[in-house]
Amino acid sequence: MGIDRRQFIRIAGISTLLGLGGKGAWELLFPGQLEAAFLAEPVALKAKRWAMVVDMTKMDDATAKLCIQACNRVHNVPDLANPINPKDKVPPEDKVRWEVKWIWTDHFHSAFPGAEAEFLPERVKALNFLLLCNHCDNPPCVRVCPTKATFRRDDGIVMMDMHRCIGCRYCMAGCPFSARSFNWRDPRPFIKEVYQDFPTREIGVVEKCNFCAERLAKGQMPACVEASRGTLLFGDLSEPRSPVREALKTYFAIRRKPYLGTNPQVYYIV
Amino acid sequence: MADYKNEFGVFAERPKVEKKFYDGNKIIVGLVIFFAIVTLPFWKNVGKVIPAPQPKLDTPAIAKLTEKKCVMPTDWMRANHMQLLIDWREEVVRSQAQSGPSDFRVFESPDGRKFLASLSNTCMNCHSNKTQFCDQCHNYVAVTPTCWGCHLDKELKVAQVEAK
Repeated sequence: MGIDRRQFIRIAGISTLLGLGGKGAWELLFPGQLEAAFLAEPVALKAKRWAMVVDMTKMDDATAKLCIQACNRVHNVPDLANPINPKDKVPPEDKVRWEVKWIWTDHFHSAFPGAEAEFLPERVKALNFLLLCNHCDNPPCVRVCPTKATFRRDDGIVMMDMHRCIGCRYCMAGCPFSARSFNWRDPRPFIKEVYQDFPTREIGVVEKCNFCAERLAKGQMPACVEASRGTLLFGDLSEPRSPVREALKTYFAIRRKPYLGTNPQVYYIV
Repeated sequence: MADYKNEFGVFAERPKVEKKFYDGNKIIVGLVIFFAIVTLPFWKNVGKVIPAPQPKLDTPAIAKLTEKKCVMPTDWMRANHMQLLIDWREEVVRSQAQSGPSDFRVFESPDGRKFLASLSNTCMNCHSNKTQFCDQCHNYVAVTPTCWGCHLDKELKVAQVEAK
């Protein structure tokens, strides 16, 4: 004998309930057990507009190197010249092409094209400027990203969501500061000491400085600022008494390529 | 048979081709061999029972817990852990873009316990046995999550700490 109409409806109803998926069924059977919430960490540093001031009057090459090392360490930035297995070592000409850099140094004429005068002070000519992502107010990388993997947070940090990056490199073409690097190779063989609290990247994604968003969330200052012996200032630009505003009030500061209209938020006291 | 016709006129009769199955033996033998090879994996496993994976929970971090509870009820986690991880990811990486300058990194479970929403630093702290816990089931159902291309499993590090 088959089943009668009553049984059929009962079975169909129960299987629909189960089939509607784990969550629906759970909500009906155990209401309230799945009400989870996301909270901000109470120690997180918050700002309306994060910005950085690089004091080049105090910065020297040794300090710059410390900043770069600190950044590379906590972000698992690969060092192509120094792989785990010496066989993987990249020849210098490929290192230039494949290099991944979050924070690096360059001379005035490369860093500030358009601002150079015919006769510059010898001191400025010799300086190695510490360069990083400018976290622009009007970031071209965000505009060109087809997947919105790069986006601008409300506190001004231009962030990347590596999960969405498809490696098209439009952002690298868009960025006038060369602040972005593409992973031409798997970075893991080039990270000698893996920093366990931060992920590495994969082959085929673009990466850049994130103003240490993951450290700000834990209430820490960016790694380069901590290592900078006071030559890097970091703070809220909308807060008149923040260290960045105090510095900008006292000293004349320049920015990289302001004429492009991206409104960069890293200032250099020369 | 009618003449072969098209818009240009009448043509000669359609050529008569004898309907015959040429080289039938070879083709049939070839097909049999082909299907035998294609279905080989099924024949190999026919009648065998592949045991369901038993994810192991015997890590030191779990042994230390007084109340052995995951961030959500176990049954729910079994069915929906991938959705939970995606929610965590969206919330931590992206949500602040909408909800203002703050980082929503702390996950509050329905029973009020708080966790840092992090795969490497929360999930893998307890489930430090990735091969025993994650990979077993994923291999069984033939899924390859792409988490581990970037995220670090702490298996090696935990093993080193235990060795010390």
